[in-house]
This record gives sequence, structure tokens and C-alpha cells, in this order.
Amino acid sequence: MRKNINTALVDDLQVGDYVILHVGVALKKLDQEEAEKTLALFGELEALEKAQNQEQTP
Amino acid sequence: MKYIDEFRDGEKAQQIAQLIHQQVKEGQSYRLMEFCGGHTHAIFRYGLVDLLPDEVELIHGPGCPVCVLPIARLDMAIELARNPEVILCTYGDMLRVPASGGTSLLKVRADGGDVRMLYSPLDALDIARDNPDRQVVFFAIGFETTTPPTALLLRQADQLGLTNLSIFCNHVLTPAAMHGILKDGGPLNLDGFIGPAHVSTVIGSQAYQAFPEEYKKPVVIAGFEPLDVLQAILLLVRQLNEGRAEVENEFTRAVTQEGNLKARKLTNEVFTLRDSFEWRGLGSLPQSALCLRPELAHLDAEQRFTFTSGQSRENKACECPSVLRGLKKPHECKLFGNPCSPENPLGSCMVSSEGACAAYYSYGRYRTQEPLLAKG
Repeated sequence: MRKNINTALVDDLQVGDYVILHVGVALKKLDQEEAEKTLALFGELEALEKAQNQEQTP
Repeated sequence: MKYIDEFRDGEKAQQIAQLIHQQVKEGQSYRLMEFCGGHTHAIFRYGLVDLLPDEVELIHGPGCPVCVLPIARLDMAIELARNPEVILCTYGDMLRVPASGGTSLLKVRADGGDVRMLYSPLDALDIARDNPDRQVVFFAIGFETTTPPTALLLRQADQLGLTNLSIFCNHVLTPAAMHGILKDGGPLNLDGFIGPAHVSTVIGSQAYQAFPEEYKKPVVIAGFEPLDVLQAILLLVRQLNEGRAEVENEFTRAVTQEGNLKARKLTNEVFTLRDSFEWRGLGSLPQSALCLRPELAHLDAEQRFTFTSGQSRENKACECPSVLRGLKKPHECKLFGNPCSPENPLGSCMVSSEGACAAYYSYGRYRTQEPLLAKG
């Protein structure tokens, strides 16, 4: 889908950036580094859970 | 899509849910309100309730823009739409909300009223330029997410000197509604909030500082994807277990401490606080809504048009007010499902996909029923 959107409220946008879009207006640039950090945190949960399960099994 | 699919991973959802199961403590209450209708929708669409332990109870909040607009304001928009001089523009959801006497903007349109559905408020500029002999009114609703786009429309209309465009402003404020829910102790006995996603991109995490400080309630801001919501619930469970009450931010990919300063500045330049505003369900809340600044009064539909103050009538059997206060679940309403459904909404919470009734109807209406084949 292609659509024209308004980017007046977000500075320093480059081609390839992601934005949070609401009613045709970009509200915030998505911080790709922070997105990766959050995803990595979900990954750590997995490791933590495995570790806990191993503790429980004698 | 990138940054969407990764946050919908079913296996990871199970893992986070398992951690929540491991960490809930007996005797500790976890009554959590997801303020925002976007979260209510995600919780039902992805079946998150079924992943959670019984100890965690989700209370659906009033963060659905069309749901909280009181019928008197909708009746004013109906009056504008019936004016042959006016082209009334608004968001699609608003068209089907029942007004007094069972009418709606859609019905007014069927009767010949010029009611147009917009994707973006800025589309109203073209309509105004294309129709110089008509009065174009944008019926503006919503929280801090739709407010900056309306502010852009106001700014541009002012700069272009458009004399046939005005705004019927109904913008409301999230923190004010949260205060309204918690004031005087509140009947809900909430333990914490899942904070809004998109609203927080604008107002920032700083906007919630009062809730841990004044009420000792933790707030965890979460994105709209299922893993975001589960992770926020896990963080809330941890805070409650440890007796902490803080603002935490799970949605760091889009929410910062200060939010979008440019959007906040523009909003402050064109809008000012109303002394009070009536909310459906929550009643009159002080300093909970915005109106145009006096210097933009020439663009204010409430100044440009005169309204007859008719008697507004709610459907008495509709439980929307209790649903919006979190006091009742949608299926506890006598109208739920029959005759009130998304195809034939009798109350505002059944109209929008962000409404709790619509979410229950679309994804959860069989949850409460006994399985038919189980008994033999």
C-alpha cells in the first residue's frame, strides 16, 4: 500500500526509517536500536526460563 | 512487516506467560487496567487472557475516543451535519455511534446531510478549498494522538486564511482520565496501569509520574503488539511483588521521557485547557479536555455556529458507562450480542474496534459460554 503521510512533527527523517503513524501523521520515529534491545530482552527471558527449569529438574 | 511480526512471536509469548505464572504470588492482588482501547483490542485479538494466570485480572479502561464522547456532544455534531450549509468531516468510527433518538451521522447522511469520512484531518483542507461556498467543519475527537494532527490542520487553515473551515473540538487528555479513575480511592481497587502506546509517543513517560507518587500505582507503558503487552504485565507483576510503584517503559522503541516535543509545543500553541469536560461513563472531569485558544476563535465551530440545547437521551439499558468505568464486563449488559452488535451498535463501546464491547463480541463472546459438546 502506498500513501502520502505528513511528517511535519518529526525531524531528521531519512528514507528507510520507520515511524509511528496515526491518522496520516507521523508521530515519532521508531528507534531501531531500542527495538532490537527489547527483542533481545525477550530472548534473555527464554534463557532465564531454561535456567530456572534446569534448576527445578534434579 | 518488520518491527511488527517479531513482536507477535507465539513461542516467545508462551515463555513470557510462563514467567508470569511462575512469579505471581498467592494473596497478592494483580488488578491491572489497560487504559487504552488499542491494548484492549490486542488482548482479545491475540487471546492473551487465556495465557495469563487467574490471579492477573485485566480491567478495560476508557481509552477509546469514540466511546468516551458524551451523547450531548455527538448531538451537537448531528445538528451541524443537518445544516445544509455544512460539510461535516470526521473519522469513520464516529459515523455509526448512536446519538439521541437512535440517530447517527450515517443516518443523517442517508437523509441527505453532507457527512464525509476522513482518513486524516488534513484532508479537510482540500475539501474546504474545493467547496468555497460551503462551511466545512472537522468534528475532532480523540486523545493526545489525534490532537497534534488537528493542531496541524488548525495551523495550516490559519496560515492559508481559510474562512470556510472550522473545528468542533472534543480532544481529551489521558492523565486527567486516569486521575478521574483513581480519585477518592476509586471503586476498582486497581493495582496498576498498562500505559498507552501511541499516546505516550507524544506525551512521554514523564506524563505519568503523578500516579506512582500520588496514588502508589505502578504504570508500565507498552507497545500495541502481544509481546509488548505480556512483557508489561510481567513488569507490573514484578513491581507489585517487590512493593515498588514506578513508571516503567517497555515501548522504548517509540516512547522517550519527554515524548514528541515538537508535537507538544504545537498542541500548546493552538489549544488551551477547558475548565471541565463531560465524559461518557466518567462524568465531568476537571481540566480533562482542550479547546481552541482565543486567538484562533475564528476557527472554532462552537463560536461560528449556534446550537439549540436539546435534551440528549442515552439508551437507558446500555451499560457503556459502567463498562467504561471498568465496573462491568461487556457480556454483563442485557443488550450485549442481541440486539447490540458491531453491525447494529446501540452503545458507543460496540462501535469502534477499540471499544471493549466490540472486542468481546469479535473475539471473546464464546469464552463465557459452557462448551456445548462437553456434557453427554
